[in-house]
Amino acid sequence: MPDAPAAPPITSSPEPPEPYEVRQVTGWGRTAPTVSRVLRPRSYQEAAAAVLGCGERGGIARGLGRAYGDAAQNAGGDVIDMTGLGRIRSIDAEAGVVVCDAGVSLHRLMEVLLPLGWFVPVTPGTRYVTVGGAIGADVHGKNHHVSGSFGRHVRAFDLLTADGSVRTVLPGTDLFDATTGGMGLTGVVLAAEIQLVPVETAWMSVDTERATDLDDLLARLTANDDGYRYSVAWIDLLARGAATGRAVLTRGDHARAAELPRRTRVGRRGRRDPLAFRPARLPAPPPFLPEGLLTRTTVGLFNEAWYRRAPRHRTGELQRLTSFFHPLDGVPHWNRVYGRGGFVQYQLVVGHGREETLRRVVRRIARRGCPSFLAVLKRFGAGDPGWLSFPMPGWTLALDIPAGLSGLGAFLDELDEEVADAGGRVYLAKDSRLRPDALAAMYPRLADFRALRAALDPRGVFTSDLARRLSL
Amino acid sequence: MKDAFGAPQSVLVLGGTSEIGLATARRLIARRTRRVWLAGRPSPGLDSAAEALRCRTRVEEVRTVDFDALDTASHQEALGKVFAEGDIDLVLLAFGVLGDQARDETDPPAAVRVAQTNYTGAVSAGLVCAGALEAQGHGSLVVLSSVAAERARRANFLYGSSKAGLDAFAQGLGDALYGTGVHVMVVRPGFVRTRMTAGLTPAPLATTPEAVATAIELGLRRRTETVWVPGALRPVMAAVRQLPRPLFRRLPL
Repeated sequence: MPDAPAAPPITSSPEPPEPYEVRQVTGWGRTAPTVSRVLRPRSYQEAAAAVLGCGERGGIARGLGRAYGDAAQNAGGDVIDMTGLGRIRSIDAEAGVVVCDAGVSLHRLMEVLLPLGWFVPVTPGTRYVTVGGAIGADVHGKNHHVSGSFGRHVRAFDLLTADGSVRTVLPGTDLFDATTGGMGLTGVVLAAEIQLVPVETAWMSVDTERATDLDDLLARLTANDDGYRYSVAWIDLLARGAATGRAVLTRGDHARAAELPRRTRVGRRGRRDPLAFRPARLPAPPPFLPEGLLTRTTVGLFNEAWYRRAPRHRTGELQRLTSFFHPLDGVPHWNRVYGRGGFVQYQLVVGHGREETLRRVVRRIARRGCPSFLAVLKRFGAGDPGWLSFPMPGWTLALDIPAGLSGLGAFLDELDEEVADAGGRVYLAKDSRLRPDALAAMYPRLADFRALRAALDPRGVFTSDLARRLSL
Repeated sequence: MKDAFGAPQSVLVLGGTSEIGLATARRLIARRTRRVWLAGRPSPGLDSAAEALRCRTRVEEVRTVDFDALDTASHQEALGKVFAEGDIDLVLLAFGVLGDQARDETDPPAAVRVAQTNYTGAVSAGLVCAGALEAQGHGSLVVLSSVAAERARRANFLYGSSKAGLDAFAQGLGDALYGTGVHVMVVRPGFVRTRMTAGLTPAPLATTPEAVATAIELGLRRRTETVWVPGALRPVMAAVRQLPRPLFRRLPL
C-alpha cells in the first residue's frame, strides 16, 4: 500500500497497551453476553503488542459492535477495540481512493468524502460500522446486484497476523479471500485502501412501488432490478393469506445535481449545498425498556401502517442519502427496543431457481407470526470471492425476531434445514444460534478456510465466541 | 459456547446419576449439547447412565469422571481435569442425599454425612467450578436447591437445613460472580418423583424430573437467577414463610 506506513515487526512486548478494562461484551442483538479484557490500541505498534500479549484464550478485533451475534466477543480472552485507530491517512480526490485505518467508520468516511464528491462503494444498513468490520464480514448493501460486496472495492489492506508481523494483502490472493468475510479470524486489519464512487449530490432519487404479495415482488425484482443501482424491499412478514409477502420496493440512484428541482423546498435546500452530509438524529430509547413491547399486535399495526403509508407507485422522489441508506441510524441504540432479552437476526440467501424455498420460508414465518418489523428482501448479484462471504446470486431475506419468542430456536433450526437443502446459507455476521454441523454445507470453502487459519495462526491466537461456537 | 437462546454445547453434571441431572442433559442434548460429562462415584449406575445417553440421544461424546462430594480435597483435581479438556458451558450441581430424618436424628454421624454431601461438598465443588467458569469468561452454574430450603420443617429439617445452606451459598456466589460472565441459577423444585423420594407420599404440587429440566432450559434462555418448579410454589412458599412458628409447627407438613 503506497501511503499507509506499515508498522515495523514487533518481536516482544508482553505488556498489553494501557488502558484496558474487563467487561461484558455482546453483539448488537444483546444476547449471550461474555466477559473479556477489552484493549483499545491507539497505534499499529500498540495493536501488535495487544496481539502478541494475548493469553491462551486468544483475541479478536472489534469495531463498532454492529455484528448481531457473537462475532466480536471472546469469552475469557481479549477483545481488541479498533476504534482507537481512526485516522484517515490519505485521500486521492482525483481518482477517488481513500487510505484509512481499520477503525474508521463509514459514517466518518461519508462526513469527509461526501463534500469532495465521493461516496463509499458499499454501505450496509448502518453506517456505524468500521472499515475493518466491513472487510471482516464482507458486508453488502443495496447495490450488491451491481457492485458486489465491500471486499470487491478494497484495493489492498494491511493485516496484522498472529506472529506480530504486518502483511500488505492484495486482491486475488488466498489471504485476501480468506480475510474478506473471515470474521476477523485471520488477523487484525490495520488499514485499507478503498476505491470510492463519485456522486454529485448527497441526495437520492428514489422510485417506490408496492408489491401486493411475494410473487408480485419477485416478478418486479426480476423484471427491472438491474436498471437501478440500489434496490431493496421492505417485506411485511406478518401479512398472511393472499397478502403473504406484500412489500414496499424502494429503488434508486444518487441524484445528479441537475435533478435537484429549483422550485421545491427540498430542491432549493439541496441546490444550496448539494453535497452536505446532514444525518438526522433522534433521541435514544432509554436503556431499560421492558421486554415484550414488540408483539404480533404492535408490530402488525406498524407493518400495516408502513405498507399503507407507502405510495402505490412514485418515481423520482428526492430523499436524503442517510434516510435512504440508514433509516435506523437516526435512532441511536435502537436495539434497546427489544428489552434486555435482546433479539436475533436471521438472514438467509437461496439461489435463483430456488424461489419455492423462499416462498415456503416466507409462508412459514408468516404463519408462525414472528413479530418482525425490519424484514427486508433483496436480489443479490454475482457471488463474491471471499471464502466465507455470505452473498451468492439469488434472493436474500433478513428479519429480526425478539429472542424471547418461545420455540424460536427450534423454528430457526428448521428454516436452516430448508435453506441448506436448497444450497443456501445464513450470514455469519448476523448469526448467534446456528447449529455447527449445518455450517460446512452452507460454506463449501470452510475446509480451505480452516486449513489457511491452521497454517497462518497455528497457536490459534485469533478466536471468538462465534469461532468457538461453530468450530470455525 | 451458549447460543442466543442460552442453549449450552457442553454440560457437566455433578451427580451423574441424578435423575433431574440426566433429564436436564437429555433435554439440552435435544437442542445444542454435544459433549456431556457425568461426574460421580464410579459405579455401574454411572456407567449405565452414560451408556443410556450415548445410545438414546444424538450426543457426540459422553464421558464420566470420578467425583465424590464428600472427598472435597479431590475436587480441584477431578474437576480441573474436565475444564482442561475444553470449555464447559453449563455446570449442573445436581448431587444430594435425602437421608432418613427419623434415623439420622439419633445417629449424628449419619446426619453429618447428609450435611456434608449437600452443603460442604457443594460449596467445594461449586467454588472449584465457579473459578473455572470465571476464567473462561462465560457459562452457567445451575444449583439444585429445594423448596425445603425456604423453611425448615419438623419432618425433614436435616435435609432442609443442608439445602438452606446450599441455597444461601448459591445466591451469594451468584452475586459475587455478577459481571464476570458467569451466571448462577438457583433451582427450587418441590416434591420431585424420583428414586430419592420413592416410597414417600407425594406432597401437593409434586413434579417430575422432566418438568424440572424444562424449567431449567427456560431459565437458561432468560438468564433467570431463581427458578421454582412448578412456578406456583413461589407464592405458596412466600406465604408459608410468613406463618407464625406456633401455627407452622402444628401443621401436618
